[in-house]
Amino acid sequence: VPAMLSLDFLDDVRRMNKRQLYYQVLNFGMIVSSALMIWKGLMVVTGSESPIVVVLSGSMEPAFHRGDLLFLTNRIEDPIRVGEIVVFRIEGREIPIVHRVLKIHEKQNGDIKFLTKGDNNAVDDRGLYKRGQHWLEKKDVVGRARGFVPYIGIVTILMNDYPKFKYAVLFFLGLFVLVHRE
Amino acid sequence: LRKNLEDFTGPRERSDLGFVTFDITADILNGKKCIFDWNVKQLFLYLSAEYSTKNNALNQVVLWDKVMLRGDNPKLFLKDMKSKYFFFDDGNGLKGNRNVTLTLSWNVVPNAGILPLVTGSGHVSVPFPDTYETTKSY
Repeated sequence: VPAMLSLDFLDDVRRMNKRQLYYQVLNFGMIVSSALMIWKGLMVVTGSESPIVVVLSGSMEPAFHRGDLLFLTNRIEDPIRVGEIVVFRIEGREIPIVHRVLKIHEKQNGDIKFLTKGDNNAVDDRGLYKRGQHWLEKKDVVGRARGFVPYIGIVTILMNDYPKFKYAVLFFLGLFVLVHRE
Repeated sequence: LRKNLEDFTGPRERSDLGFVTFDITADILNGKKCIFDWNVKQLFLYLSAEYSTKNNALNQVVLWDKVMLRGDNPKLFLKDMKSKYFFFDDGNGLKGNRNVTLTLSWNVVPNAGILPLVTGSGHVSVPFPDTYETTKSY
């Protein structure tokens, strides 16, 4: 009789574990979806395709250092003016650059062409632009930096430079969520 | 805030190039308080020229900039400064332009938080002459 009881118990445990597993997987899915929704929401509110970026180079020192986090907006109602810190992409390059607007020439109809320069660079960015390109335009802009937080972005840089670190972080995160009891 | 300056345009085949020398006397404040409060890491100051031309309704060119760190004297007393960057127009809109305005502005860089751009009160108009200078040395 005790043997039969123990078998029933095992079945119960197996059933409970399956249910709990499904529950934890759903939990995990909800967390991922919520994070995605928050990110998409930020994209809508700021008007930028990348509302938060990490500073990758020292070309804006001493204001920003590698690893600082920048918060961007890209509202059409905000005109581009000199002195602003813009994050832009050069055609054909994936990595966005964070520099300051040095010159603008804007036409009556709103068409604008502008030149940028890193605070810590001796020369303006013309050398960085595509061959034959002398100016940046609105379409090259990812956003304008409106706020920043220092250091925090270092984690992203570490994950990029050391993929093993990234996998370790993701692995432990996943493990934590799956194993954690509500 | 006061600026005094002299200027002339050099002949360029395609675009006007302006030469400006200036003095800056300024005291950077935040309202009535000192600009360097607990959350201000530094200021990025820049002197920009703004004007309108036939080609472009609005032009802004930064002539000079400077990083002012926390601890530096917020009072500026600069004389006979030459512009750091070439003052090229997109075309020939500097010749005879009487309405070029110079303003001093700064970007407040906090330890963490918002990055505001502030324009100083006081600005100076720089009228450019109707002719090009060929012999002046800069």
